[in-house]
Amino acid sequence: MTTLAIHNGRVIDPALGQDGIADVVIVDGRITRVGPNEGDMVIEADRIDATGLVVAPGFVDLHVHLREPGGEHQETIATGTEAAARGGFTTVCAMPGTQPPLDSRAAVESVLREADVSARVHVLPIGCITAGRAGELLAPAGELAGAGVVALTDDGHAVADPNLMRHALQYSTRFGLPVAQHPEDPALVRGGQMHEGWVATRLGLRGRPPSGEATMVARDIALAELTGAHLHVCDVSTAGSVQLIRAARERGAHITATVTPHHLTLTHERVAFDDSYDRIHYDSSAKVFPPLREEEDIASLVEALRDGVIDAIATNHSPVSAIEKDIEFDLAAPGISGLETAFGLTMRLVHDGALTLPALIERLTIGPVRAWNLDRRPGLEGLGTLAPGAAGDVVLLDPQAEWTVDPQSFAALGKNTPLAGERLRGRVVGTVVDGRVVFETAAVAAL
Amino acid sequence: MTIETTPSEVQTTPSTIESPALPEGVWRQQHLLDLDTCSRSEIEAVLTLADRMREILDRRIPRVPALRGYTVVNLFYEPSTRTRVSFELAGKVLGADVISVSANTSSVVKGESLIDTVRTLRAMRADAIVMRHSMAGAPYLAAEHTDASIINAGDGAHAHPTQALLDLYTMRRHVGELDGKKVVMVGDIAHSRVARSDLWGLAAMGAKVVVCGPPTLLPRGLRAADRPAHAESALPPVSIETEIEAAIEDADVVMALRLQSERQESGLLPSLHEYAAHYQVTAERLARAKPNHLLMHPGPKNEGIEIAGDVARGSHSIIEEQVTNGVAVRMALLYLLSGRADPAPANEEVRP
Repeated sequence: MTTLAIHNGRVIDPALGQDGIADVVIVDGRITRVGPNEGDMVIEADRIDATGLVVAPGFVDLHVHLREPGGEHQETIATGTEAAARGGFTTVCAMPGTQPPLDSRAAVESVLREADVSARVHVLPIGCITAGRAGELLAPAGELAGAGVVALTDDGHAVADPNLMRHALQYSTRFGLPVAQHPEDPALVRGGQMHEGWVATRLGLRGRPPSGEATMVARDIALAELTGAHLHVCDVSTAGSVQLIRAARERGAHITATVTPHHLTLTHERVAFDDSYDRIHYDSSAKVFPPLREEEDIASLVEALRDGVIDAIATNHSPVSAIEKDIEFDLAAPGISGLETAFGLTMRLVHDGALTLPALIERLTIGPVRAWNLDRRPGLEGLGTLAPGAAGDVVLLDPQAEWTVDPQSFAALGKNTPLAGERLRGRVVGTVVDGRVVFETAAVAAL
Repeated sequence: MTIETTPSEVQTTPSTIESPALPEGVWRQQHLLDLDTCSRSEIEAVLTLADRMREILDRRIPRVPALRGYTVVNLFYEPSTRTRVSFELAGKVLGADVISVSANTSSVVKGESLIDTVRTLRAMRADAIVMRHSMAGAPYLAAEHTDASIINAGDGAHAHPTQALLDLYTMRRHVGELDGKKVVMVGDIAHSRVARSDLWGLAAMGAKVVVCGPPTLLPRGLRAADRPAHAESALPPVSIETEIEAAIEDADVVMALRLQSERQESGLLPSLHEYAAHYQVTAERLARAKPNHLLMHPGPKNEGIEIAGDVARGSHSIIEEQVTNGVAVRMALLYLLSGRADPAPANEEVRP
């Protein structure tokens, strides 16, 4: 029997409505007790002193690119999950845009086998909507569900054909899988490199209009209401999308949504400017699809996150190699390596008073779990909580710790972040998966 | 204050470049990526020096050794005749070594990145790299990775600062100071690197600018009211018109921009005929401009589409002069970027 006792932290478990000083006891990989001085009741245990730290359920990320198989120069299951551990994420959902894509049982099982060997945190695979992500024929959703996928998506390729999307949604209802869509209409954003607006005009770059997102989200909502299926909107980035999702949820449609840390905090100005408008640059590390938008969009996204119209924060961790970024802006691969900065970056919302710390933690834990009903799956009961019987997945946080983002120190192979050199306040200082410490900093003291 | 020459060549030096004086220490740019970073006095330094270069260019034997030993590489990722030749001549008139390279973005696929190419050229002691590229921002990427001077000779739909300088120079020769002058640009504003750079240059020189084009060819956020208040100064001040007649009213300068036929193919315009009907610069429409207005075009022009043939070759047209002035302005720019001292300051006797 192995026991881990985490003493005297401020335990925040939004699912259970808990926020107070307590101990967390994990026995043989499962939470057994949470309460004041509970740790003192166990005799033989590894002990962590969490005095002055926040102790919360491990974070759950619904949108992570691990790139393996096929993209190992960008990320591997080992490095991506190590990055997740450092970012406080104990469960990550792996996107299917690998090579080969996860459109068959064999492909999904190969990822699960590799995860068994090398993953530092739990990996839940996502399957493709269409074969080869080509947008032509449906992938075998039943076979994928049987292999263990928790959702379907064609990743960065939105399903353009409305008829095919209708059938994908309709068919998914048989297996209870959410269908997750990248929210941009390919025809409206073709060739676009950044948000369509005054910054794109100054840079002479082709824009991706916000309406390219609104039309896709509106279409998909209509199709979800037609079929009664569960639509998940990934990477909501505009105020217009928020309005559509809010109205659909009020009508009772089964729509869930996630937003990234960067869309919650950075604007399109990040692509072009440092601290003045006198001088421009073309910062491909801030190139991401959907693109970084404007301040009004951020305000709307934060409000939606606060009131639950957006269920969760998901990183869309998209690691790419330096040679794919250090080229002409038009040719540079989109994406941000986001796992290791997610907490520090979203803590800005807390420091600014836009969100409480428990609300932020909710959107990183039980929020994503309930969005996709992950805790109804066998073996995942209690995911996203510190309820007795749940997996011993815990994160230790120092909400006030200041640190400087140094991409070269990332565990992720993808060092692509627009935050290099940025000061963040709020840091993950320890991560526990199944009762084992998988990441700790000097701030975590063993007793 | 001497030009770097060997003693035996001193005899030829005095006649290189003559007054008016080059404004000392005004020019501070290492690269020329766009005019948004140039102050009015820096732009004026180029234009003043261009006058002297124009004089050299008009000599019977237009050749001076001012940039001897200076190496200019024209790195063109996109075909261009006039800009490339203009830079080649500018460098050669000043005695620089000029090499032109036609590069291909497909070399990226073969493993030679833009950064590699630029660093390689610098390792071969290129002093200035003149870059034309189909993608916006490419010269900025180059400038981050070399201490050679990068000159943007057109990057995608972003900027074409030497074209803007020659436009300013040409306008000034005819109308003097540009403060308060009304300059109208007509055409495909959204995709025009010339328009973007001209906007910065004209704003710096105090001109009032109007851009005019069909709604599908106007970029978003150009109107200050369409930007957040904090970004008001992030783009040059400009008025926007969609009717050419209103735009041209009382103009001092009218510039027609080249219309690429792709715009029709990509569905931004119904037809070239329809474009011409609503936006062609014609004698009838120019009658609304000031009587002594100037007509310009950055070239190459499609007569009968964005500009009528008779006015393009008419008495108000200074289109050909723009081309000649382009060489003079590029000579001035190369010289300033070279960092070489004024070879013949006005207040100092040149050595015998």
